[in-house]
Amino acid sequence: MEKKLYTITVFSENTPGLLNQITIVFTRRQLNIETLSVSPSSIEGIHKFTISVYCDADMIEKVIKQIDKRIDVIKAYYNVDEELVYQEIALYKVSTEDLLDSKLESIIRKYNARILEVDRVYTIIEMTGHTEETQQLFEELNKFNVLQFVRSGRISITKSPIEQLNDYLDKREIRRKEIEGK
Amino acid sequence: MKEVTGSEALLLSIINEGVDTIFGYPGGTIIPVYNSLYDYKNQLNHILMRHEQGATHAAQGYARVSGKVGVCFVTSGPGVTNTITGIGDAMIDSTPMVVVTGQVGTSALGTDAFQEIDVIGITSPITKWSYQIRRAEDIAWAVARAFYIARSGRPGPVVLDFTKNAQLETVNFEPKKCNFIRSYQPIPDINNDKIKLAAEAINNAKKPFALVGQGVTLGNAEKELKQFLEKADIPAAFTLLGESAMETDYPLNRGMLGMHGNVAPNMKTNECDVLIAIGMRFDDRVTGNTATYARQAKIIHFDIDPSEISKNVKADISVLGNVKDTLPLVTNLLNKNSHREWIASFDEYDKKEYEKVISKELETKTGDLKMGEVVRAISDAVDSSAVLVTDVGQNQMMAARYFKFRQNRSMITSGGLGTMGFGIPAAVGAKLAVPSRTVCLFCGDGGFQMTMQELGTIMQGEIGVKIILLDNEWLGMVRQLQELFCEKRYSATKMKNPDFCEIAKAYGIKSCRVTTREELAQGVKEMFADDKAYVLVANVEKSGLVLPMTPAGTDVTNILLE
Ligand SMILES: Cc1ncc(C[n+]2csc(CCOP(=O)(O)OP(=O)(O)O)c2C)c(N)n1
Repeated sequence: MEKKLYTITVFSENTPGLLNQITIVFTRRQLNIETLSVSPSSIEGIHKFTISVYCDADMIEKVIKQIDKRIDVIKAYYNVDEELVYQEIALYKVSTEDLLDSKLESIIRKYNARILEVDRVYTIIEMTGHTEETQQLFEELNKFNVLQFVRSGRISITKSPIEQLNDYLDKREIRRKEIEGK
Repeated sequence: MKEVTGSEALLLSIINEGVDTIFGYPGGTIIPVYNSLYDYKNQLNHILMRHEQGATHAAQGYARVSGKVGVCFVTSGPGVTNTITGIGDAMIDSTPMVVVTGQVGTSALGTDAFQEIDVIGITSPITKWSYQIRRAEDIAWAVARAFYIARSGRPGPVVLDFTKNAQLETVNFEPKKCNFIRSYQPIPDINNDKIKLAAEAINNAKKPFALVGQGVTLGNAEKELKQFLEKADIPAAFTLLGESAMETDYPLNRGMLGMHGNVAPNMKTNECDVLIAIGMRFDDRVTGNTATYARQAKIIHFDIDPSEISKNVKADISVLGNVKDTLPLVTNLLNKNSHREWIASFDEYDKKEYEKVISKELETKTGDLKMGEVVRAISDAVDSSAVLVTDVGQNQMMAARYFKFRQNRSMITSGGLGTMGFGIPAAVGAKLAVPSRTVCLFCGDGGFQMTMQELGTIMQGEIGVKIILLDNEWLGMVRQLQELFCEKRYSATKMKNPDFCEIAKAYGIKSCRVTTREELAQGVKEMFADDKAYVLVANVEKSGLVLPMTPAGTDVTNILLE
């Protein structure tokens, strides 16, 4: 079956040890996590994990269900790139002397990158974009020697008009009232 | 509200959950709990096991027979690591269990303190939930949550790692109840479209066939199952853990599935037109090669756990929910039907199996005792009404094949993990759960020696389990594989055994060794003469084979009969 990149979004209670529980699912299935990003979500007390992984359609279904099964996971979803707006951020450290070379400046302009900090010795450049874009910039800059390079995990937002998590939480709240009302 | 120590709060919380029996083993970091236990002796019966693995298997046996949550107390470090086998076993076999582990004080966590081990890290992959209690205020909440998680939905083990400071602190205690967790939906919503689709497929089926798993037992859906089967006249077969959900002689019960199951149900898997899986998970020991498994059939999968759907075998129709709820909804939509001809077509395979395998196992009147005939002799002596506990190996398969059942929740075996040593402690737990019933354990000479220290528990607690040791002086099941697939190169499977009767005697347990059919009859009589513990050692044929057999990974229809 054809493999492609899936982006998994996991919403969880803010419980220690949860990252471990999630990564175990990938390890057991012999899947490499391509990128991972974790942060509090917009809802207080709920954490959000964004994970990207290469696998086939059957596998992603199984992985999602196994993640969802963990008690403290509120909900796990997956999407393909077409359903998402997604970004990664990359930082590059180059020597300032190189920057004075006019060619480097034109590269920065071309990629719409930003200069974050200039020191007599080094300069830090930032670029946001898809992996291929930040990688291309790396390759161009590297012709002048990149001293350090780092790229974040992907973060993403769904294009869908439906906010699945909110709907799910509303449903659970109704259920809570039913049970506790009894 | 009452001011108590954390240890006392733990005991009050579990009493509040209806617990009256605990299996455990004390040690340094759980001493405060045991100290409090001294005051609750009348409400909580603590069974001192001889090894923490035994405590977990006893809790499993207890839980499986009674449907209640099994409870264990153990100390930190080695106490916890000794429980891992039982926790893993409970996880894969969906057994509700709460294991309370002592832990070093919060301030010493992460320092490699004496008997400190990363309990949450080690147990979280093999538990439904594991949680470290670091403050006495959290006890009521954590215990309520632990029991709710362990017993709801698809049951499973929960670990509560109880730091010593939380045991010693005082707290204003009031028990809590838990029946809702936002992030956890134990029973998925029922989808009526799927109910209709399932009913329609079954109504259109000419050759429907139902596979009964432990989900039926866990959902207490034995009655609902029968109504379902009877209305549309559907033949059924059971998985190892699904055994005893239907009585053995129930007319629509056509036998056991899987590697050492009956011929007809395995063959019919690849002949039916609609395969109805009910609370089972298409384990590889049931399916063999999934690439050729039931390819001709439409597959309907009833399960409570969404992650089981299409995990091993792709379902055409999935019916999520507790089978106790979903089966009747489908039954309502079923046409009354009759599939006499289809059902009769099983007979031919039954006949063949009887001739080639069963008759030899049960009716040979000369030579060494056969494992199957020993099992059947015991089963007949208890009139098919006992609880069966098994260890793992040939003894397990023979017991599953030849023991007969009349009552549900009567088959206690380690299915998913296949844990040797499960038997003796699980039988202890089972007997304590249903003291009025006869509990028969079958084990091999290998498995017996893995947990035979629990004879001490049996002695001390005067626990009347009937142990039948099928002694072939080999690790029989492995020997069988070596005979069939390794050119009889018997590598590390021959056993020089102690005198098992002397061992039983050392523990004050009556025993006998039987070699002939007359001795067997006599021994069985003596064993059931009273309700005390007994060890019956049967010298069975040394090179017995469990047949039929479908070699691992091959087609479900690739059945060896000799
Ligand atoms: C803890 C554990 N170790 C090893 C095995 C592998 N194993 C499966 S069956 C078996 C042989 C069991 O021998 P015995 O207990 O004498 O029973 P028999 O098969 O002869 O009835 C072994 C070693 C296992 N299932 N569990």
